[in-house]
Amino acid sequence: MDSVRSDTAPVPQALKILVAGGFGAGKTTLVGAVSEIAPLRTEEVLTTAGVGTDDTTGVATKTTTTVAMDFGRITINPSLVLYLFGTPGQNRFWFLWDELATGALGAVVLADTRRLADSFAAIDYFEQRNTPFVIAVNCFDNDQRYTAEQVREALDVDGHVPVLLTDARDRMSVKNVLITLVEHVLTMVRSSVPA
Amino acid sequence: MSADPIDGVEEGPAWWDHEAGPVVRPYMVTGGRVRPVTVDFDLITYLVATATLAADTPSPEHQAILALTQEPRAVAEVASRVDLPLGVVRVLLCDLLSDGLIARYDPPPTDHLPNVETLQAVIHGLRAL
Ligand SMILES: Nc1nc2c(ncn2[C@@H]2O[C@H](COP(=O)(O)OP(=O)(O)O)[C@@H](O)[C@H]2O)c(=O)[nH]1
Ligand SMILES: [Mg+2]
Repeated sequence: MDSVRSDTAPVPQALKILVAGGFGAGKTTLVGAVSEIAPLRTEEVLTTAGVGTDDTTGVATKTTTTVAMDFGRITINPSLVLYLFGTPGQNRFWFLWDELATGALGAVVLADTRRLADSFAAIDYFEQRNTPFVIAVNCFDNDQRYTAEQVREALDVDGHVPVLLTDARDRMSVKNVLITLVEHVLTMVRSSVPA
Repeated sequence: MSADPIDGVEEGPAWWDHEAGPVVRPYMVTGGRVRPVTVDFDLITYLVATATLAADTPSPEHQAILALTQEPRAVAEVASRVDLPLGVVRVLLCDLLSDGLIARYDPPPTDHLPNVETLQAVIHGLRAL
């Protein structure tokens, strides 16, 4: 082919961080607060066998639907780019999580104190996968009545998992969440015994 | 769904709800081909076109991807910018790959966390934001 370039462009190393949380927990807001681009949206198409149908025709019913993920990007330096993926919190989307969590640097579980139980599935999932994670407690205006320690107790997470109060709209606050996560990963890497 | 999603109390019996999009038809641009969700193009696999726009690319969608990847782009970014579902984009990428029109750069193996130097660079970069 004549038009093939000889100078293959080097590409940056890409890292990804997951932002998991229930509907309305502030995932898209958090991604948008630190992303250098307006959050972009991708969709994954899911085909599933019909749910709850009483199929007597012998024809398999399939439902095709889409699940949206918002993501943002932070260029750390020319050779290192961080992607943040906001992922639906419900564990019925576990197949998506598997894809997203594979190779992820770590995860932010965005907990909404009005609906703490919404974050249980994500916490269980990351604990089981050994994906490093932090819990960011999104402080909605009229909801300042919990401390990080109270949330930690309510969620029953290990003492080593960082729990922070945050405001997903605030860039500095979100920056701090991400730095805490990466420092947490660094601690885990340093303390792991080399094979 | 009649429930107010902000209240989120009533999710209804269907598993596709407010976080799922509309029910869609199978995809015409891939000639009806579908691939399982778990395929080998990671969302952060980088793509770079190895050719400029080729007159003989199979479809406008293939062309659009080639145009976008004249500079390196992650799979998620390509899908978002051509406004097609990831599964569809992966099929098109396979076509472009087998036609030798595109190069892929995968993220490092997934069973290891990044090394200390990389993590320190990320922390440094985030602090400087
Ligand atoms: N007061 C307050 N509102 C927030 C905060 N984070 C998000 N919101 C609002 O909560 C709503 C849901 O946020 P969104 O990011 O769309 O949630 P998602 O469903 O998890 O992506 C939006 O109207 C946001 O503006 C926060 O930290 N404080
Ligand atoms: Mg959202």
